[in-house]
Order: sequence, then C-alpha cells, then structure tokens
Amino acid sequence: MTLELTAEDRSMLDGEQGPSAAAAMKILVAFSNAVGAGGLLDIAGAHIDGCLYHGKAGLDFVERLVEGGGRVQVPTTLNVGSFDLIHPGMVKMPAAEEVPARRLMKAHLELGCQATFTCAPYQTRFRPAFGQQIAWGESNAIVFANSVIGSRTNRYGDFIDLCCAMTGRAPAWGLHLGENRRGRILFELDVLDGEPSDSLFVGVGLFIGQASGDRVPVIAGLPQPRDEDQLKALGAAAATTGAVALFHAVGITPEAMTLDEAFQGHAPDETIRITRADIDHALARLSSVRDGAPVAAVSLGTPHFSYEEWMRLLPLLREAAPGRRIPIYVNTGRATLARLQEEGALAGMEAFGLVPVADTCTYVTSILERLDGVVMTNSGKWAHYAPGNIGVSVAFAEMRDCIRSAAAGHVVRSAS
Amino acid sequence: MTRPVERTGTFQLAGEAKGQALVFSQALSFWGGIDAETGEITDHSHPGLGQNVAGRILVMPSGRGSSSSSSVLAEAIRRGTAPAGILLERPDPILAVGAIVAEFLYDIRMPLVVCDISNLVSGDQIDIGIGKDGGPIIRVHPAINPAAPRRQ
Repeated sequence: MTLELTAEDRSMLDGEQGPSAAAAMKILVAFSNAVGAGGLLDIAGAHIDGCLYHGKAGLDFVERLVEGGGRVQVPTTLNVGSFDLIHPGMVKMPAAEEVPARRLMKAHLELGCQATFTCAPYQTRFRPAFGQQIAWGESNAIVFANSVIGSRTNRYGDFIDLCCAMTGRAPAWGLHLGENRRGRILFELDVLDGEPSDSLFVGVGLFIGQASGDRVPVIAGLPQPRDEDQLKALGAAAATTGAVALFHAVGITPEAMTLDEAFQGHAPDETIRITRADIDHALARLSSVRDGAPVAAVSLGTPHFSYEEWMRLLPLLREAAPGRRIPIYVNTGRATLARLQEEGALAGMEAFGLVPVADTCTYVTSILERLDGVVMTNSGKWAHYAPGNIGVSVAFAEMRDCIRSAAAGHVVRSAS
Repeated sequence: MTRPVERTGTFQLAGEAKGQALVFSQALSFWGGIDAETGEITDHSHPGLGQNVAGRILVMPSGRGSSSSSSVLAEAIRRGTAPAGILLERPDPILAVGAIVAEFLYDIRMPLVVCDISNLVSGDQIDIGIGKDGGPIIRVHPAINPAAPRRQ
C-alpha cells in the first residue's frame, strides 16, 4: 500500500513547521511505510514511554528535538522515569548515570509533555474517551486504553510514540481501525468464584497472554470485576506474558457487550478452555519461595496504584498494623499521591512501614533497601520482571496476604 | 573467484555498505539479543549466540520482539558496534525507526534493505549500492567454501 500524505503532513515533512516536526514526520513516514499504512490519522493524545534512561541515543534524540524548538501537538503524558522527583534520595544511582537520567525526564518536559511520570495515565485527568484515537507507549497502558476504555492505539514504543506526539498524527493501521479490533481467539473461563479475587484476574491475564500470540483474545465467563483495577491487573499480566494490546471480556468491556459483538459476527479461529488448575499453575510460577520464608519487603502498585486501591490498602494496614521493620513500597502516580496527602489519608502510615514511591517503579531502578530477601507483591507484572531486573526472590499473593506477611515477618498466604 | 550476482529490493533506509554476510534463518531481537557495547549476540535461544554483528551484513527473515530494539540499534550504530547493513525478507518498523533515528542524530547511514534473501550464506561478501532509480543494488560475491548449505 502506498502512503498518502495530506498537505499538512507534507508541510511538516518539508520543514515548514521547523526541524523537529520535520524529523518526527520523516521517522513517522518511514514507520508507516514499513507497517503498510495507507495514510496517517489525527490523534487526541499521546503517552510517551521514553523517560527511562537506557543509553545516550535515547537522550540525544530528545535533546535534538528540544534544540529544534519542537513542541508536542497534542496533550501528552509521560511514563515513569528512573527517579522519584517527589521524594529526593529515594533512588540510589552513581552520579555519572544520574545526570543524564534526570536530564532525560526534564528534556521531555521542555517539549511540552505533562509531568505525570506514571504508567497509569488512564488514572489521570488525561484519561482518553471511548473511540478516541491515541498513540500510547507502555504495555499495560496500551491494553487498558484499548480494552477497558475502548480508545484506539497500537503498541507504540521507542521514538515513534514521541514522533506521533510531535506531529499529532499516527499511522492508520492495526488497532486504530475498527475491523482489526475484532476477536480472533476465544477463552472460555470455567472457574466458579463466589467473590472473584484479584489473583483470578491476574491468572487469567497470564494465561491469555501466553496463548494468544498476536490474535485479539476474547474472554467468556469472566466474573463481573469489582472495579476497573481488576481489569487493569488482567491486562498488565496479559501484556507481560504476551504481546496483548487489546482483549475483550464478554458483557464487561465496551466493545464486547455480546460474544457476537466481540467477534464482529465472525467465528473464533480457536477456542481454549481455562480451568481453575490452569489459573493456579500460572500463578504458582510467579512465586519462587514457599510459605514461611522471611519477607524483606512488600511492593505494591505495578501498574501504579489507583486512589481506589489506596482506599482498600489503608484499612488493611490499620488492621494488621505491621511494624516499620519491613518496608511496604507502594508505587503510585504523583497526582494520586497529592490527592491522598491533601486529604491527610497517609498521616501516621509510615509507622506501619509504608513507603510511597512516585514517578518511577521499584523494579526499574534502585529503591529497595535490601535485595537479599523475599519481596511480596500482588502484581503479576512485578512478580514476572523483578527477579530479572533487580535480582530478588518473589512471593505473589493477594494484597491482604502481603500486608499480613509484613506483620508476621514471613510469607503467609490464605488458601485461595 | 565466481562472478558477483546482483539482486534488487526496497530500501527502508537508503545507504551504501559492504561486508561479510552473517545469515540467520531465525529472527534476532536487538533488545535482549545484542549487547550494544560490543555487538555480540547474547540471546541464549538464538543460534547466533556468541557471534558478533559489528561490521557484518546481517541477513535474516524479519525483525523480532520489543519496540526497545529501536533504541538498541540506534545505540549500536552510534557506538560503531552495529551491522554495516541489514537485509530482511519482510519490512520491519522497529529496526527502520532505529536506523532512521541514528541517521538523524549521527549522520551514519546503516542501509536497511528488504529483498530476497534466499541462497545467501554467512561468509558471502555483500555489497549494497544505490541504483540510478534510488533503489538498492545488492552484489553478492559467494563464499567459495560456505560453512552452511545454501537455501534456495
């Protein structure tokens, strides 16, 4: 397919809107040609996963756009960086790495991006609406936007998310187009749960991520979630074990009120049954230690804790009253944290070991005081990546069990 | 010495390069697969583990894996540890972005070509040139004693 550009696209490409817009459009055009897009479409917003420092090329790119006088053309949020700018001293890093890593976060702000530094931009005031075209990076955010909200994005990443933001355009291909959003593979969930636990949603996500490949999964039989945080956990897990950018849950997510709607009238290519044993097996792989192992820390909030999750956590802390010996790290967006602080909700919580972390995440940078023990988490994504990223042993459990374990000093899990 | 054989294709990023072919039938992800500091292949599940891509003409069916491969390729091009050029059977948006960003930032053009890759083996001498129409011309001087049989 030949890429057709509008007069406005051409004007950018030809440098009439400055060197930064021209560079961004040139890269976007090459990318669009490579994926076979027929044209570009307008986007309502962007989310940039570019603030984690991985090497000089990433910083050089943003610096060049800044020097060229570039500005993002649509409301643009930023994913986590390597630092917690709200809590100085939280992250320990050699100065040689700290300077460029800090600069990378600041340079993005100079392009007009919003200082959100969160992997859950859907929990900010920049949350997109149903049907809106957006260009988002960060796998959990992408799957949430597509599946739970029904906005439309492909899996964007390195450089290209920023090129979309700088031009306000995205290639008209993939999940931007309605016909590509139809389900391809059906998962029939055969699990009876009186009150569906958070870990059920994590387990379903892990399973469908592994089995879907590049096909859009449809889940039938998923219990009604308590709130969207359970769908957030499902999507994050599916985007961890696989490349899922969109899932449909029949009767729950907005493009799947019926099975027929989810498949847009087509038949599934394949149907797979998920049993309780499949869920248990997927969850068991997240834990490398047995019950009773000593706990060094708890890490919650991957993806970033929502306000509603905080409202569930705080009573659990008061109830179990863990001492401050075992830190309970909670990753969250700075806007959520500011709201909690304004409300005084966190007063006295440090006595229970609570350590709020903003702008970053405990598995991408050096925050944890001790790496030699077991870290407990309720996040499928954290449990999957943390052993490789920061070298810890992990025990996965429900949030309540994480807090009870912090109080007991060793891993305690209720029968699920 | 056998005569060079020519083939054409499409540029994802235009440029000239020559080098010895490093041919894989399995796609390689730059992120998690190549050490940008050295150019060494580090993916334990890939048959090229331990070999080095620096200065070679990397030949494989497609790109693979995470979008972070764009950054790794751009960083490798900056450090001089990247392949001299890449031939792919199918276009790859992730590698294209990495190559274009490196050209934009460092004025280094690592040609990325989509073409027929059959009958190439590691050790062939490959010369990527630019034809009169702006498209690529790939000249292959076949290795006399290839390490692997040629795939048609």
